Amino acid sequence: MKLTTEKWLDIAALNDIPRRGGRVLKVAGGCIALFRTNDDQVFALDDRCPHKAGPLSQGIVHGAAVTCPLHNWVISLETGEAMGADEGQVATYSAKVSNGRVLVGQECLRLGMEPADG
Amino acid sequence: MVDSTKTDNRERLVVIGNGMAAGRVLEELFERERDRYRVTVFNAEPRVNYNRIMLSPVLSGEKTYEEILIHDDAWYAANGVELIRGEKVIAINRDERKVISAVGTVADYDRLIVATGSQPFIIPVPGHDLDGVLTYRDLDDVEAMLAAAEKGGRAVVIGGGLLGLEAAAGLKARGMDVTVLHLMPTLMERQLDQSAGYLLQKAIEARGIEVVTRANTHEIAGAAGAVRAVRLDDGREIPADIVVMAVGIKPNVDLAKDAGLEVNRGLLVDDLMRTSDPAIYAVGECVEHRGQCYGLVAPLYEMAKTVGAGLAGDDGLAYRGSLTATKLKVTGVDLYSAGELAEGDDREEIVLRDAAHSIYKRLVLQENRIIGAVLYGDTADGPWFFQHIKNGTDISEMRETLIFGQGFAGAGPLDPMAAVAALPDDAEICGCNGVCKSRIVSAIEGGQATLDGVRATTKASSSCGSCTGLVEQLLELSLGGDFARAVADGMCPCTDLGHGEVRRLIAAKELMSIPAVMQELQWKTSCGCAKCRPALNYYLLATWPGIYVDDQQSRFINERVHANIQKDGTYSVVPRMWGGITNPTELRAIADVADKFAIPTVKVTGGQRIDLLGVKKEDLPAVWADLNAAGLVSGHAYGKALRTVKTCVGNEWCRFGTQASVSLGVQMERFLWGAWTPHKVKMAVSGCPRNCAEATVKDFGVVCVDSGFELHFAGAAGMEVKATQLLCKVVAEEDVLEHCAALLQLYRQEAHYLDRMHKWLARVGMDHVQAAVVEDADNRRDLYERFVFSQRFAQSDPWSERAAGRDSHEFTPLEGPKLEAVT
Ligand SMILES: Cc1cc2nc3c(=O)[nH]c(=O)nc-3n(C[C@H](O)[C@H](O)[C@H](O)COP(=O)(O)OP(=O)(O)OC[C@H]3O[C@@H](n4cnc5c(N)ncnc54)[C@H](O)[C@@H]3O)c2cc1C
Ligand code: SF4
Ligand code: FES
Repeated sequence: MKLTTEKWLDIAALNDIPRRGGRVLKVAGGCIALFRTNDDQVFALDDRCPHKAGPLSQGIVHGAAVTCPLHNWVISLETGEAMGADEGQVATYSAKVSNGRVLVGQECLRLGMEPADG
Repeated sequence: MVDSTKTDNRERLVVIGNGMAAGRVLEELFERERDRYRVTVFNAEPRVNYNRIMLSPVLSGEKTYEEILIHDDAWYAANGVELIRGEKVIAINRDERKVISAVGTVADYDRLIVATGSQPFIIPVPGHDLDGVLTYRDLDDVEAMLAAAEKGGRAVVIGGGLLGLEAAAGLKARGMDVTVLHLMPTLMERQLDQSAGYLLQKAIEARGIEVVTRANTHEIAGAAGAVRAVRLDDGREIPADIVVMAVGIKPNVDLAKDAGLEVNRGLLVDDLMRTSDPAIYAVGECVEHRGQCYGLVAPLYEMAKTVGAGLAGDDGLAYRGSLTATKLKVTGVDLYSAGELAEGDDREEIVLRDAAHSIYKRLVLQENRIIGAVLYGDTADGPWFFQHIKNGTDISEMRETLIFGQGFAGAGPLDPMAAVAALPDDAEICGCNGVCKSRIVSAIEGGQATLDGVRATTKASSSCGSCTGLVEQLLELSLGGDFARAVADGMCPCTDLGHGEVRRLIAAKELMSIPAVMQELQWKTSCGCAKCRPALNYYLLATWPGIYVDDQQSRFINERVHANIQKDGTYSVVPRMWGGITNPTELRAIADVADKFAIPTVKVTGGQRIDLLGVKKEDLPAVWADLNAAGLVSGHAYGKALRTVKTCVGNEWCRFGTQASVSLGVQMERFLWGAWTPHKVKMAVSGCPRNCAEATVKDFGVVCVDSGFELHFAGAAGMEVKATQLLCKVVAEEDVLEHCAALLQLYRQEAHYLDRMHKWLARVGMDHVQAAVVEDADNRRDLYERFVFSQRFAQSDPWSERAAGRDSHEFTPLEGPKLEAVT
């Protein structure tokens, strides 16, 4: 099998995620927040704010950042880092759009998980 | 004399050369370890460390020498560095670990750094050694040029590259007649392609500088030992009082070669910047690393990091080579070039030309990645392209629109954006100092509010200065319009406009969508932030009822899913109980829902409603469906909207009651519910002045009295406790409703988003409100009718819509890939 087909997991259609919005992806180890920006980039992050574990997927997406719904920390979708004066970082995973599908890197299935065929 | 103080046992560090690389190495070292070495620096130039790339502004008169100093005398003193000026090192004795200067100073070293920079090429044509033939490398050269320029006359610059053009522009600015001779058909051919070179030539000529291309210098003619003219191969003769040779540089390696260090074109170094002798580092333009010699500052600053770390004992910070980008520092000429520009079989290109505006852009692609970019006329997207070159971004998805820059690439919706707002955090803003966007932004957020402040803390824009505009934009972006002044009344960092102006412009310009507002009012970010978007959504909704389509993604999660998010990510749900009245059927339905969905907490709120706490998000639609089935609708306890109308039992039960406070409260709630407001709105009706419903700490409160109703407003019992103000007294229940709706409408039209009613009142004043709502009956009627009109679109129960499946994506997680657990 080719490396490229192993590396990416097809999750959803791009349009399943609202523009400037997020969806939750449940994997065995927890929840991953998938975001779609205004310009149709997608990002995947752990759905736990570094502040007090707020569900980032429920926040307001602006630019390449999301504002946590609990206490308004702003988290960079690109780096997972808290922006501004806040400090903290959330794990990020590779994600991309290909032919209208959202693909995430299989590394997001950490925490004791392996792909079924791996 | 170098005094080897007997008592000082520290290791000895000797540096040869005091240019930009050496200066930066010492900074990097001192940042890590201040006292580890006794440092001696030899500099052939008789001066301290200055910013060589700023010589052109000194030449043109835009800066003075003092302004381009990097380290002044005080710095050397403060850091205990011994600087030996005007002494060239002529030998390195590696066996005895010492260096010897031209005047015989000897210095022992444990570690040595060679940072000798490079030397200008001199074309060995006849006459190259005449008086008046200059190079362009250091301050002496600049001073020689300035001295010549004092007398006026003619200058010939040989070489139409970066340096030659900067020299030409500088001499022209000093009043000389200048001719640039360039061997190749177009200028700056190493960085530019022919089209951009052509535009550049036109721009240079437009400044009154003559440009001669394909000009091969044959000889420099002199008279009485001084320059008189330059003669070309084809016989042309160009009169000249000075000739500046700026045809290239070569690494300055003679000293290293004599010392037996391995030298190719430059002094060879490994990834830790060590030469073939492990005690000797080399850094800057004199080195060759992985086959590459560099002639720009950015790479050598990266190298300096490695050397600084290495000297401090940290070998983990290897240097792996640099990609470079160039900007021409000629005021008024916008030119940017990065990466590889040569054509090739496996390379494609995308070109954009705008003749009318003299704009030319070209991208060189290889395997769907950008490997080179030339921008002329409009260079704003330069850093963005450069970032993609560095990242090796796959651009196939945005290829169609790539050339238009980040504002359009990716075929995203047309959206206003200041280029810089959308730059990724790790985008390099200051190439010279390797400072990325996030570092600047965090400095600003750390309190730096001026360009100088940012320069001092990050070094960004402190070298060649070509990124100053970007840094200023970042300041503006973070601090609002006038960045010397902190954000005062701007809505948020995305705009300089205040709430009031935005509201006014939405109406005046008939802006009907968030993108329209952002475009027309020149938002500085691509799609706003969590502050301005909910506000804009509200303003548009309030201004254009029935027309504006609500933007769900600009609403806070509570309003998006019509439930309150709680600290653990679960939600709570509050069914409406009109005026606080309920009955056994409703209570039973609530109890059933609590059982069915295992809702852990059922609580009575301060507003006389029942709160179901701890509902899982996925369960929300089903919870609502069940509550709806029992006739319960959403209590908007989550929204910037009418929350509750609290009542006391009034004259129906209470022995003191003067009016039917319950039924009035119910009427009010049925009439007002669903209205979106700038902030939450709480109301109450008390049956007599004993005020059991606490109507005098509400946004709107009615106190019933024998003769009618006292209408109070602008109270609050939240973070700030405010007693209400008396609006007026009315006689009939209809008057209560009309005044209440008119007041609410005025508040909706005028308040800034997230201003409770008392804040709005403090801004507009009591007289204004009373004039609009109490004194002017026609106006009150108007307001009332506008409120009634917008209620036509507002009074639909959001729960039933969601329970019926609207926005179901909100409530269902994505299904992950099919997996089996290993553990
Ligand atoms: C006019 C001009 C404009 C420029 N503009 C830009 C620009 O816009 N952007 C950019 O990135 N780069 C620019 N550069 C290039 C940049 O200045 C160089 O890349 C950088 O200065 C190289 O640093 P360095 O420390 O390696 O060498 P240098 O800064 O040249 O320093 C070397 C020093 O070592 C001294 N030295 C040499 N041999 C000895 C010896 N044997 N003993 C003692 N001392 C010795 C020299 O006198 C010199 O002071 C420009 C250069 C010039 C001249
Ligand atoms: S406010 Fe007056 S009417 Fe209402 S319950 Fe209290 S005492 Fe009775
Ligand atoms: S949990 Fe995200 S900001 Fe507090």
